[in-house]
Amino acid sequence: MIEAGRRLEWLNARVIEVRVENFQVKTIVSEASGWTDHAAGQHVDIRLTAPDGYQAQRSYSIANAPGDGQRVGITVQRVDNGEVSPFLLDELRVGDTIELRGPIGGYFTWEPGDGGPLLLLAGGSGVVPLMCMLRARAKAGDLTPVTLLYSSRSDRHIIYREELDRLAAAGDGFTLVHTLTHERPERWIGETGLIDRPMLERHGPDRGANPQSFVCGPTPFVEAIANHLVALGYPGDRIKTERFGPSGDVK
Amino acid sequence: MMEENVPMDGNAAMGRLRDLFAVDLSNATVTCETCDREGPLAELLFYGGPVGIVLRCPACDAVNLRFLDTGRALNLDVRGLKRVRVGRTGA
Repeated sequence: MIEAGRRLEWLNARVIEVRVENFQVKTIVSEASGWTDHAAGQHVDIRLTAPDGYQAQRSYSIANAPGDGQRVGITVQRVDNGEVSPFLLDELRVGDTIELRGPIGGYFTWEPGDGGPLLLLAGGSGVVPLMCMLRARAKAGDLTPVTLLYSSRSDRHIIYREELDRLAAAGDGFTLVHTLTHERPERWIGETGLIDRPMLERHGPDRGANPQSFVCGPTPFVEAIANHLVALGYPGDRIKTERFGPSGDVK
Repeated sequence: MMEENVPMDGNAAMGRLRDLFAVDLSNATVTCETCDREGPLAELLFYGGPVGIVLRCPACDAVNLRFLDTGRALNLDVRGLKRVRVGRTGA
């Protein structure tokens, strides 16, 4: 969808909540004066300015459901040699101000009413925009059948674990499947190993129902799964991808 | 350089491009000059630095778009693209 041209201004946003999601992930919620509502899957640009004037800018997926006033939530994973994430995770406090602009993007988005069935495939912190879709769906009381197949290294790495369990327990057509790629805890009842074609066949919706797929994770994850889906007969024009990963040098 | 778990495809470039374009180009269909791959701009591979971004073709890795913000001017180089198609709302 092409939206009318509105210049994206940088907004000052006051941090109102910092929430620990797991040992390396936090959600930062800020209130941005002038924020207009977003759609699930959209992004926000965050800009940090050092005392010497040096600026760093990153794009983050918006984590909180639409219709949340001027609140903007981002979920940040620690990357030890990162330039932005250590600041956001270690230095930022409630009451601090950051600069942001958005909402941005109209490709990797889903809104209640867009239909489905939905197949959401998350690798690691790629779950963030998909969580936003699930929150939007639950908030709207939308009953689109949806399956989230969520790949994490270990159960310690799972983000939004309790909230996902709660959403899945609502019995409103949301099916949650975890897979762990690097360990199998005792009494684990989910899947283990990388998401492959048999796993997609076990959990994916009927291809005849023309499902919409959203795949978000590291580049190898996204490429492997997009290929699996096409090979399994999922409609290619209904597969949307977003690659998360380490931002690299301009090459 | 730095590593962050952030979007690494065209989705990450849309904020910067909005400094120049009046509309969001995520769904613009672009055609690679080198290999003729056609698809949404959002699917291009993102390489970003402090001042500039490069978007590459996910099929052949050719540079499709360069965007540089020097502070004084915005510089756009789309030699790597054969065509950019932007649908109107609802079309």
